[in-house]
Amino acid sequence: MRAVALCLCPFEGGMMARRVAIVGSGQTYHSGGRTDVNAQEMITEAVVRALESAELTIDDIDGIVIGNMDHFEGINYVDTWSVPATGGTLKPVIKLTTGGTTGTTLAIGGYHLVASGFFSKLLVIGWEKNSESDTTAAITTAFDPIWDRLVFAGAIGGLAVEAQAYLARYNHKKEDAARVVVRDRKHGANNPYAHMQKEVTIKQVLSSPPLADPLHFLDMCPRTDGACAVIFADEYSAEKICDRPAWILGTSVRHNAAFSTDVNFDGLKTMESAARELFHKTGITDPLEQLDVIEMYLPYSYAGLIWIESLGLCKKGDGPRLVWDGVTDMGGKLPINPSGGPICANPIGATGLIRVAEAALQIQNRAEKRQVPDAKIALATGFGGCFWTDLVLLGAKKP
Amino acid sequence: MITEENKQGLFFMHSGDASQPYRYTVGTWGSKFLTELRDHKQFYGIRCPKCKKVYVPVRQVCGPCFTEMTELVPVSAEGKIVSYTILRFQFLDPETGERKPIPYGYGIFRLDGADTNFQHFIAVPEDESRLFIGARVRAVFREERRGSLRDILHFELVAD
Ligand SMILES: [Zn+2]
Repeated sequence: MRAVALCLCPFEGGMMARRVAIVGSGQTYHSGGRTDVNAQEMITEAVVRALESAELTIDDIDGIVIGNMDHFEGINYVDTWSVPATGGTLKPVIKLTTGGTTGTTLAIGGYHLVASGFFSKLLVIGWEKNSESDTTAAITTAFDPIWDRLVFAGAIGGLAVEAQAYLARYNHKKEDAARVVVRDRKHGANNPYAHMQKEVTIKQVLSSPPLADPLHFLDMCPRTDGACAVIFADEYSAEKICDRPAWILGTSVRHNAAFSTDVNFDGLKTMESAARELFHKTGITDPLEQLDVIEMYLPYSYAGLIWIESLGLCKKGDGPRLVWDGVTDMGGKLPINPSGGPICANPIGATGLIRVAEAALQIQNRAEKRQVPDAKIALATGFGGCFWTDLVLLGAKKP
Repeated sequence: MITEENKQGLFFMHSGDASQPYRYTVGTWGSKFLTELRDHKQFYGIRCPKCKKVYVPVRQVCGPCFTEMTELVPVSAEGKIVSYTILRFQFLDPETGERKPIPYGYGIFRLDGADTNFQHFIAVPEDESRLFIGARVRAVFREERRGSLRDILHFELVAD
């Protein structure tokens, strides 16, 4: 029996897991309604920019991984439907989709495929055309039809209860969350790809229309059309393609519940667990000191307080202090979302992959006006489903 | 199918009122839960034999223990607010295709005897400040019940 199993194992005969780096990426100019292009045309824009950034042609690519959240567009055969827009003609094409975490799942799945040795240059694509349906209604169909959907108050209501519980637990103020919006909007003004490039004030956030207490319109991410493409290469080709590849140092993934009611509102448990694993694997003992930049999937402002605590940047309840002190601003000790984050652009199936692409740009020193000087270690996060977490750590030094 | 053209000569295709109906299987434990809710206005949870946690809504497997659960235990129709929000914007209800009337309350409750939370609508009192985390609430049932979570009209403050 043992001999048979060994024969089937591709890692026998000297084949080992390979180190993997991001060597290029491309994004669309994200907006609230790309009515000038259909979804396939939009995807091609990101693919062409990614190939250009790595100075590769589609012939160099040996596989494609694509994903989105199917129910936003109601197209359920995206892997096939997107050929030839992806460049996937006569290549292996795989679809991955995990709700809000789709973009980071794409990155982590792509990393695994290249690390396995079966692919050497892989094109990974995330996209969404959120203008094509009612986002809240579509999100509700991601949840259980019998126990969740009949009474679920959509993504906004679901996040509002997390925010409400946080405010009550620590006696924090709505202004604390608004400060996160002010930061990300200010950063987004440096990002030509962002959907929102205008700064806002705390007063503007708090006087924007109330959605679900304590959330206001400007506390939430916008509804965005956009695509992102990222090229992953193995250790044998990465350094030939570019001078400064962004190496994957480690990843961690946590799903913990199916029902939104199974989650207790005392921090993001999946983030706590994923961070413990990732930081242990990569030798990070003090993330606030050791990380240079974070691209965080913040679907709403309060996540910028609660989840930085769950990540271990500070004690529980201390999130606002870190944010008010400017620690997470550009120029601070640990800038969060130099790109503006999801609060400035949220094409959902692309959003997690944009975090990874932006983190890689920082390592590659290609982030232009939004560059954190000399960034050597960057963290990207994904959020989705029922309070799930993905983490991807990138670095300038080959692991 | 409705076609629309914008000023730039670009077309849009609307799906129209097309719908795709589904018939979801509720399953063994969920069906027992809904039967009791419909016939006796009684909530049930299901207890894990290993960690003893009582789950509402009921399901077959305790996730952390990956253990099958078979013991239904009665759970109170009263409990306390774990968190809540008041919705002040309208969105399409995918179950009905209608816009929900606003404002309406949405709450996460811990029913007495349960170890997980239960979500439903909560009646918003005229004085909204009377809603708070920790406040006691009870389920209000519909007269006509058909075996769904909508057999509960909403939760209300016990003080009312
Ligand atoms: Zn258990």
